Amino acid sequence: MHIPDGYLSPQTAGGLWALMVPAWYTAGYKVKKTLDSRQAPLVAIGAAFTFVIMMFNIPLPGGTSGHAVGGTLVAIVLGPWAAVIALTVALAIQAVFFGDGGILALGANCFNIAFALPLTGYYVYRLLSMKAPLQSKRRWLAAGIGGWAGINVAAFLTAVELGLQGDLFLAADGSALYSPYGLSQTVPAMMIAHLTVVGLLEGGVTALVVAYLQRTNRDLLGNYTGKAAAGWEGFRLKPLIVGLVLLLIFAPLGLLATGTAWGEWSADELNDRVGFVPAGFERLSGLWSGILPDYAFPGQASEGFWASVPGYLVSGAFGLLIVGGSVWLVLKLITRWSAKGRAEHHA
Amino acid sequence: MPERGSATPGWMLTSSGAVLPSGLAGRGRRESVIQRTLQGLSRLLQESIFSERVAARLGLLQGTDPRVKTVGLLGLLIVAALVEHLYILVGLYVVTLILAGASRISLAFFIKRVWLFIPIFAGIIVIPSLFNVFRAGDPLWTIWDFGGEVTLGPWSLGASLAITKQGLEGAVLLIMRVAVSVSLAVLLALTTRWSDLLKALRVFFLPRVFILILSMTYRYIFLLLGLASDMFTARASRMVGPSSPADDRRFAATSMGSLLGKSHTMSDEIYAAMVSRGYNGEPMSSHDFRMRGADWALLAVAALISAAALGSDRLLG
Repeated sequence: MHIPDGYLSPQTAGGLWALMVPAWYTAGYKVKKTLDSRQAPLVAIGAAFTFVIMMFNIPLPGGTSGHAVGGTLVAIVLGPWAAVIALTVALAIQAVFFGDGGILALGANCFNIAFALPLTGYYVYRLLSMKAPLQSKRRWLAAGIGGWAGINVAAFLTAVELGLQGDLFLAADGSALYSPYGLSQTVPAMMIAHLTVVGLLEGGVTALVVAYLQRTNRDLLGNYTGKAAAGWEGFRLKPLIVGLVLLLIFAPLGLLATGTAWGEWSADELNDRVGFVPAGFERLSGLWSGILPDYAFPGQASEGFWASVPGYLVSGAFGLLIVGGSVWLVLKLITRWSAKGRAEHHA
Repeated sequence: MPERGSATPGWMLTSSGAVLPSGLAGRGRRESVIQRTLQGLSRLLQESIFSERVAARLGLLQGTDPRVKTVGLLGLLIVAALVEHLYILVGLYVVTLILAGASRISLAFFIKRVWLFIPIFAGIIVIPSLFNVFRAGDPLWTIWDFGGEVTLGPWSLGASLAITKQGLEGAVLLIMRVAVSVSLAVLLALTTRWSDLLKALRVFFLPRVFILILSMTYRYIFLLLGLASDMFTARASRMVGPSSPADDRRFAATSMGSLLGKSHTMSDEIYAAMVSRGYNGEPMSSHDFRMRGADWALLAVAALISAAALGSDRLLG
């Protein structure tokens, strides 16, 4: 599930890094709020724990064995946002020191494994185990289903990211520049494996560990829900907004990466008009457009990089509005829901 | 394991079958999962100690300012992701080989370390994409002419099975891109001490507390690895016969659970120790890097290589 470098285009990898920035910011805020200065040792040990249990071989039916991620488990014990940071740290160490997952692809891997996985797993667990006492059977069942759901959401996102490469990032002759398979191939391939074997392994391990903790260390299970200080007082939106605006301004730079398209265009255009391409022109035009795309200065032509910027900014702003709006709505719902849960808890 | 790495006795690093007599390892047919986990744990320890040794050698990259190294290698990594021509990727690969040689890493070892597993794995998973069934393209080598369109339910297999030019080009490009990326990452990991790399990360405006967490994590990974390895060794030495997969699963889960409990208690103790030494939630760090002429020169060379690679990529169209 860890994507190595070379499979993702820089556009996709960069976009997912950008998506992770607000996620890390929010996680940092929530963790600081719930754990205070205890955060550093607790999250660090949580990260080290995740790293180590990813190395445990677990026997699968049929004589093979696999590894579990344990993201849902860590989220149940430390809380979902602390798990985001712990898993990020574990993934970063794996990528840099042990070559497990790429460095440029770290943003994507964090989005799938450190963000989507623990949040999905935790909220499924919480939804299914609501109001159940700590020793109830519903807890380990809910944890197992949460683990299964979390890993499947992560696998689906991985499949989509890889599939986009095969569908969108192609050379002029149709050969793939990055991962060669399209969505119609990556999604079934990943999901068949994860809905069955891998998901069952993750869910099974999560359930077994939670059942073990119920017998031996019940406090650990009640740890997070007990002191979950939800609420968003003092959450500073300004850095988030500044970050998003900067992102919006700098994102068009990513368009530069698709430079060959203009080179091809001018040569093709010439071919259409003159009927042949003068020797060496194709090379020169490629160089020219790379250094100074002057045929597309604002107002001069409708094609090209600079002309596309206003349109890009407008669509970018629109996209931000939609994403921002839906995130706000979700946060609002979660806050209300957890406030209600707390009120019931105290009652 | 920066400080105490070399103190680990050699016998802990060899993954001999001594822990389990051969008869116990799944009736001699295959290793038990317990033994496999133990081997994985010791391999990790071995690798990280080896990295520290290479990082202590006197070579080009070892002597470079970690900030220059991080920025330079990351820049090249981005360039390797952007370029679209195989020749340029091959050129970048040659650059990594030269850097490895100048950093006193044996080339045979470096090539083996890079190519064994990730690029070879990439080579295996691209195999289906070579064929026209998975990716349409101009046939290069027709393996089997069906003599007419063959359909399999909703899927059409086309009129022949062939390896395509597009499939082959894409596959070679992916493998080479993966190899160059892994080479750059391995160079960074092998020639930089963990503590130096962490300080260098400050260049990227990472919050101090995040760097503190990273450094603590790295240190405690080895402690937890030791704990886990003790648990597995203890289990292996108590077994008098092969265990069932269900038993092994239960054992893996209970050891995870108990490791989780131990880690949690330990984090409490560590926090208490930190507080008693004056920690107030704001980590401090010292900067002791100084850029030398050679560092600036290497940074310039990295920028030049990046510009040349991107420029010639444009030139090739």
